[in-house]
Amino acid sequence: MQVSVYRYDPDVDEAPQMRDMSIDLPEGKELMVLDLLERLKEQDPSLSYRRSCREGVCGSDGINMNGLNGLACITPVSQVAKRGKLALRPLPGLPVIRDLVVDMSQFFDQFEKVRPYLINDQPPPAQERLQSPEERAELDGLYECILCGCCSTACPSFWWNPDKFVGPAGLLQAYRFLADSRDTASAERLRDLEDPFSVFRCRGIMNCVNVCPKGLNPTRAIGKIRGLLVRQGT
Amino acid sequence: MAALRKLEFDGLIVGGGGAGLRAALELAQSGLKTAVISKVFPTRSHTVSAQGGITCAIASEDPDDDWRWHMYDTVKGSDYIGDQDAIEYMCSEGPQAVFELEHMGLPFSRTESGRIYQRPFGGQSKDYGKGGQAARTCAAADRTGHALLHTLYQANVKSGATFLNEWFAVDLVKNQDGAVAGVIAIEIETGDVVYVASRATVLATGGAGRIYASTTNALMNTGDGVGMALRAGFPVQDIEMWQFHPTGIAGAGVLVTEGCRGEGGYLINKDGERFMERYAPTAKDLAGRDVVARSMIIELIEGRGCGEAGDHVLLKLDHLGETVLNSRLPGILELSRTFAHVDPVRQPIPVVPTCHYMMGGIPTQVRGQALTQDEAGRDQAIEGLYAAGEAACVSVHGANRLGGNSLLDLIVFGRAAGLHIEQAVRQGISAREASESDLEAASARLARWNASTSGESVAALKRELQNCMQTSFGVFRTEKHMRRGIESLKGLRERIGNAHLPDKSNAFNTARLEALELDNLLEVAYATAVAAEARRESRGAHAREDHQQRDDENWLCHSLYFPDDERVAKRAVNFEPATVPVFEPMERRY
Repeated sequence: MQVSVYRYDPDVDEAPQMRDMSIDLPEGKELMVLDLLERLKEQDPSLSYRRSCREGVCGSDGINMNGLNGLACITPVSQVAKRGKLALRPLPGLPVIRDLVVDMSQFFDQFEKVRPYLINDQPPPAQERLQSPEERAELDGLYECILCGCCSTACPSFWWNPDKFVGPAGLLQAYRFLADSRDTASAERLRDLEDPFSVFRCRGIMNCVNVCPKGLNPTRAIGKIRGLLVRQGT
Repeated sequence: MAALRKLEFDGLIVGGGGAGLRAALELAQSGLKTAVISKVFPTRSHTVSAQGGITCAIASEDPDDDWRWHMYDTVKGSDYIGDQDAIEYMCSEGPQAVFELEHMGLPFSRTESGRIYQRPFGGQSKDYGKGGQAARTCAAADRTGHALLHTLYQANVKSGATFLNEWFAVDLVKNQDGAVAGVIAIEIETGDVVYVASRATVLATGGAGRIYASTTNALMNTGDGVGMALRAGFPVQDIEMWQFHPTGIAGAGVLVTEGCRGEGGYLINKDGERFMERYAPTAKDLAGRDVVARSMIIELIEGRGCGEAGDHVLLKLDHLGETVLNSRLPGILELSRTFAHVDPVRQPIPVVPTCHYMMGGIPTQVRGQALTQDEAGRDQAIEGLYAAGEAACVSVHGANRLGGNSLLDLIVFGRAAGLHIEQAVRQGISAREASESDLEAASARLARWNASTSGESVAALKRELQNCMQTSFGVFRTEKHMRRGIESLKGLRERIGNAHLPDKSNAFNTARLEALELDNLLEVAYATAVAAEARRESRGAHAREDHQQRDDENWLCHSLYFPDDERVAKRAVNFEPATVPVFEPMERRY
């Protein structure tokens, strides 16, 4: 199989280049793209990428595979390879540190901007705060985010304004706390988001939904935030 | 040696998983200058993979639940070499620590009354084993580790600790007085080498499951903290005790939570027989993990395994119904479909015992300070060094950890270490000086790899090490195989010492990290091998075919492996809980 890999070492290379590597795939055994990368790295130890849990929960190995963002460890090679060919690139839109490793600072800055933690100024009770199963169900589809960055780096609005548009991952997180019955800072949270960029740069393109490896729907969360902002404004 | 960049902190935590983040939170909130070094962005740490839950007597499912019953289960689960003062502390402080997590925002699943949902897990009982199965494991669906780790990271974002993310700790800096004065670390993005000095250094680097070929552990679980401690000459405790989780997905190694059996799933052999009824008539599939794993291997050896090769058994869940599976075990459905190509709603999951957890580690006091022994064999605190979580052995798990107790261990003892360090710093421990030669010693192995010009490859040596451990130190162990394994590891030590790092570049050089990790794997594997050979009995997860009985006369104690002379000493188990009568050793039946 032919694999074309984005290679760039800032100390040596003037510009990034796609380098072809060939590899024999074992018969009758399904490989994930991460397995492929591990084999390529045995051929050439200088190939760099992030990886850890190899089961789709740590969020390390978000990369771009034949044009589609996803996690290398849970994407079967057969699912993304076309006619025996596969191109592996770093997540688009962020500065590249080396090979498939991107600098995620902008992504995490936006995450931190939404104050991604529970705010409740009441003194906590001796036990847990109560929450009904229905209230808790509001968090399903939100809290499972693994911060892999696949969504925000697939979003044209984030490519254009990574400093001002919070992006799908950050907004999913913002709504996770707006939706939590235990959080008391909704008004302040919404005030932080009401400028023309933070939320309203979302154009509903829905690339985020298409690529999310956890099957989450940031566009729906953004819609809910818009709804809250509009209601608050009237 | 060129002058190193130096950073200075009051408290330095190595490792950004559950234990490290909990310790960091405690220190940062107290106003001390705190830093966390993590080789990955913290939410990528392996705590994120924990599924089933955190065991704690918060008396939600059963209003009469009692932390003393949890303590009894844990002591029994440990096969009586868990320290009872530490287990008492964990089980009694546990509820407070869990409620704190809830207050931070952890999205626990809920009961109809709005309290935290708890599910049954293995080895749990009511009324000191007399009241039947308990349901004591607090859960956020089957993503409890993810929810816990993200919540702790979020709380740390709020509190303002310094995060040195994607930095790799190479070795402890130990000064001429034998005290720890920080670490030598690599900033991965640039390749810069930095001396991170601290009054107190906490090793919260997690486990080392990657010493085995088949493991549920993440690729980065390479025992870095334990490797650092051993290279600094400090001992490790009960390192022969490795947990094999009964339900790793066959072929892939990916974990399937014990919560599956807690929710009512069970194991069957090729005849469709629910075989655990034969091995553990009362607890059945919810016996201790060591018991279930051994039973499964016996089924395979006796020819009742499933599949063409007869190399696995099946975990049956379909009778629970799609609604329960979707709400309680959604992550398991996902993993089974991806890695086993089965849909548990209709088909059973092929599973096999898989290396999962390191019960041993760096011996510590209840409040986290690391220990060694003086010449007379008495405990001696190591100045400046602490450990918490899987890297530590405090010891609450003894010879076999109960499911759901590891997350509790992380937060209770991460917090305890933070509290202790805060107190120590306030009482004025001074910054310890390190000389040029101390720093050079801590940088030596990095210099060795950087200077290598030829030799064997890291990947091939790692594979050989993992296969050796799998063959000689698995679920069942015998003298002959272990002796052979130790000889292989001695050979590997020499070969790894001459291995080659071909890529000497600076920016995000993961080949260099994998080389440094291989040194750590070797240290942990070798200590495991020597301690396993030395403990001539069967206890908990350590099952010897040539010494099948537990031997309380000689081995009701911790093992302590000293790296400098490769000696295994003994250390007394604590049988002095402060507030409850001691639990005397008994025969362990489920």
